[in-house]
Amino acid sequence: MTMKTLLAGATLALGLATGATADGHEPTTVGFVYVGPIGDGGWTYEHNKGRLAVEEHFGDAVETVFVESVPEGADAERVMTQMALQGADLIFTTSFGYMDQTIAVAEKFPDVKFEHATGYKRADNVSTYSARFYEGRAVQGHIAGQMTESNIIGYIASFPIPEVIRGINAAFIHAQEVNPDVEFKIIWAYTWFDPAKEAEAASVLIEQGADVILQHTDSTAPQAAAQAAGNVVTFGQASDMAEFGPFPRVSSIIDDWAPYYIARTQAVIDGTWESTDTWDGIGPGMVAIGEISDAVPAEIKASAEALIERLRTGEYHAFTGPINKQDGSVWLADGEVADDGTLAGMNFYVEGLTGDIPQ
Amino acid sequence: MDLSSINPVLLLASLMVAATPILLAAIGELVVERAGVLNLGVEGMMITGAVCGFVVAVATTSPWLGFLGAAIGGALLSLIFGFLTQFLLSNQVATGLALTLFGLGLSALMGQGYIGIKAPEFPDWYIPLLGDIPVIGPVIFQHDPMVYVGLAIVGGVWAFLKYSRAGLILRAVGENHEAAHALGYHVVRVRMLAIMFGGACAGLGGAYLSLVRVPQWTEGMTAGAGWIALAIVVFASWRPGRLLLGAYLFGGVTVLQLNLQAAGAAIGVEYLSMAPYLATIAVLVIMRAGRAPGSLGQSFHASR
Repeated sequence: MTMKTLLAGATLALGLATGATADGHEPTTVGFVYVGPIGDGGWTYEHNKGRLAVEEHFGDAVETVFVESVPEGADAERVMTQMALQGADLIFTTSFGYMDQTIAVAEKFPDVKFEHATGYKRADNVSTYSARFYEGRAVQGHIAGQMTESNIIGYIASFPIPEVIRGINAAFIHAQEVNPDVEFKIIWAYTWFDPAKEAEAASVLIEQGADVILQHTDSTAPQAAAQAAGNVVTFGQASDMAEFGPFPRVSSIIDDWAPYYIARTQAVIDGTWESTDTWDGIGPGMVAIGEISDAVPAEIKASAEALIERLRTGEYHAFTGPINKQDGSVWLADGEVADDGTLAGMNFYVEGLTGDIPQ
Repeated sequence: MDLSSINPVLLLASLMVAATPILLAAIGELVVERAGVLNLGVEGMMITGAVCGFVVAVATTSPWLGFLGAAIGGALLSLIFGFLTQFLLSNQVATGLALTLFGLGLSALMGQGYIGIKAPEFPDWYIPLLGDIPVIGPVIFQHDPMVYVGLAIVGGVWAFLKYSRAGLILRAVGENHEAAHALGYHVVRVRMLAIMFGGACAGLGGAYLSLVRVPQWTEGMTAGAGWIALAIVVFASWRPGRLLLGAYLFGGVTVLQLNLQAAGAAIGVEYLSMAPYLATIAVLVIMRAGRAPGSLGQSFHASR
């Protein structure tokens, strides 16, 4: 795929050099910066599917370029600058760690629109967008709490950022709701993508008695580790990971970025693009729940589907009180619903989780 | 904290498995560097070995043939490095870095159709009698065969360097290539063979990840293991015994820190995460006694 990047880059350069305006309208160029390889089978894979959907939808009117496996940090700034210099009109930066770099580059290129995924810093030409993955986590917790026999659920976390902490809390609240004895063992992997480390983390959790593994890292390695162990349940992360179904993968959270990418590209073409903050969940379809496999007993499947439906219609919010913080203080009173501000900056565990969040 | 949930036997057993990919790659690089060549392309050769091994294993359904394919793939890639640095006298550091970048791209291209496919089963060996010994049995004698192949290669390299005439020649070439040349040894030939051995070992290390440890193909799956192997060679003072210690220490502390995290140890996760690197560097630096081979990283041409 590196080849394709090169070709895309070369085509773009050629287009600029020869003046693509010959036929009167220049194609809009949309750039994507990815944190992992597009073949990771998870997070980046789904973003790239969104990019391909943009290409398909607009045909010749839009060109896309992408760079994969861009480290979070100074390298990201270089990649974004390069894209902007090459004439990109809209750039999607698809990892939390690109936040400051996106803002910095956006300042230098006021005419280029930027879209940063999962962050919270915006500017006149920087939008943020994210999905309410925690709604999917709630469903996972709901199923996991009932599937576990050892009452130990292993959780491979990536970095201690609000996004990940939200996921842990949402999963725990809904696991505890159906199984008061459930316990979470959490490993911070400090990586989004390192198959060997993820496999090791999964094996360690399984050795310590976990029979359900939830992951917030991007590769399918924990699925393979669970499969080797034989009696461990997993969930697809970011992508469906259906190749590990019907067992160990019993369901999944799928990120569907395509509609958003198409809508934002259209806005740039129409000149109606504005800096916005989008945070969509199961309702608008940005988060989808992969099919719950037959390895899940019918009544659990039915109650999970009911939960999905209530989340979809907005009848139920995944963070509805009473919920206490880890130290026992009240966070949400009975029936109270968490506000987006608190969720976006969530830096605490809910009551019942053990251990500390690394600072 | 509930340390009782950590099973020391399982911990020690997974230590050997966690250390094997780094051990394989590092022992290959050790031979390369003892011959006076600095090949920074270990990461690239590992990932190429990982994909070659996976492709061959899937095609033939034999993990053994997969490992063979990985060794050949790694060695072929290292030949590019060997040709550029030994015959065209290019800078070894720059060429090695380029080899890593090339390997990462090439492997992604080769692995296109193999994402999400499962590797053929590679069962653990259950060594009769020895495997039945309590504690020691499960820790040492119930692994997959590649763990023992890795140990055998380390032992072989140690004996080769210490006792064999060919090993002496290889060390001479690495210490002072002018003198070795004056004595009539073929410096470039020795180095090419060492480079190919290094490539083959790195390939095996990569394939251990894609066929046993993970086991599946994912782009960029080595995630820096090659660089750790390179560092361990230096910190081990270019000695096979210390290299084994370093690799096991690194693997051991890695597994231990994950275990402590899962058990909810009251130590900051940041400190646990850096522990494998700190422990390995500290121990190997304290024990450090050796020095680098005299001609390490220098180009050789017979005309000089």
